[in-house]
Amino acid sequence: MGKKPMKFIGRGLVDKGDKKSAVGKIYLIIERCKGCNLCIEFCPKDVLKESSVFNKKGYHPPELIEVPGEKMCVGCGYCSLICPEFAIYTEIEEDEKEAE
Amino acid sequence: MSMEFDVDYEYQDRCMYMAESHPSDEMLRDDRIPHIWCTGCGCGEIISTYIEAVKELDINPDKVAIVSGIGCIGRAAGYLKFDSFHTTHGRAIPFATGLKVARPELDVSVISGDGDLFAIGGNHIIHAARRNMDILVICSNNYTYGMTGGQFSPATPIDSFTTTTPYGNCERPFNLCDLLASAGAAYVARWTSIHVRRLQKSIKEALTKKGFRFIEVLTPCPTGFGRRNKMGTAIDTSKFYQDHGKIDHGADTRDVRLEDPLSDFSIGTFVDLDKETYLEAKERIFSREVKK
Repeated sequence: MGKKPMKFIGRGLVDKGDKKSAVGKIYLIIERCKGCNLCIEFCPKDVLKESSVFNKKGYHPPELIEVPGEKMCVGCGYCSLICPEFAIYTEIEEDEKEAE
Repeated sequence: MSMEFDVDYEYQDRCMYMAESHPSDEMLRDDRIPHIWCTGCGCGEIISTYIEAVKELDINPDKVAIVSGIGCIGRAAGYLKFDSFHTTHGRAIPFATGLKVARPELDVSVISGDGDLFAIGGNHIIHAARRNMDILVICSNNYTYGMTGGQFSPATPIDSFTTTTPYGNCERPFNLCDLLASAGAAYVARWTSIHVRRLQKSIKEALTKKGFRFIEVLTPCPTGFGRRNKMGTAIDTSKFYQDHGKIDHGADTRDVRLEDPLSDFSIGTFVDLDKETYLEAKERIFSREVKK
């Protein structure tokens, strides 16, 4: 019991400052969407919202939120798995600065 | 898709990128997409997780065979671009058994529903589990017969309302996981259509195993079952599954009965055993020397 209490570091990545989170690109096949809104509801980063336009079948496909800020797509691909219509998928954008 | 369509181009610019095809299309018969399933139906998630699992394991698509019965999810055989067979009602398991015995090098998967596998095909599935037949069975459990108009099935919970039980169902449902675990299945798991990552991992795990493997997937049926039982839209049901599905790996399958569709339930991998399969037993017994 004589031990010193351990210093509390707190939750978070140790090398968070050096790492950048990935940036995802969202691809949408607009005519396949049936407007179930599962991608909008269950996106871990909340980057999607229902749009006001109609597709050919009369459903509202998703669109990106207007103010990105902190909420940016990280290309996790959850929407691609959760979409029952095979209408949305993500790709991770390659960093242009690193390529140079 | 080669369809011509008019899109608001302002929206296109503002939104993400518009695509013509999906990465899963290489394993989908994309001329048949969009599929017939209702808005928010969980059947699509089973197909997309299955495709992702096959892709990640890098299995040769020519060595994968899909057998399905009748029902909403029975259409899976028509949408997946593998060797697939859409069988008569309830007879998916006998066709798969015959296929595996004749062509043991194939990865045979049965994708079918609760009514097809446990009502009309009930006898076949328990005997396939008893033999430890080398097939993977993915059962989409939506508690009802969706395609024929929402009649009650052997998985419909007691007290719930369907078109054929307008005053409430008086019959107790099967505990699907316990039925197959006690019949002798080598791998038994239950997931829901919202736990897609875990479901994908489970399908991957099951595809690398041998013996009779069974994965029950709870799927929302907002049109057939949810509407009559105040379960709301597919989003409400999915959120319910996310909040009330308690992960309990290795739980005793006798305790995982789905009594009430509106209470907590267990999900996870319940049984994971290594047993001698039917084909291995056949090999061992037929290779014995016969005494004269």
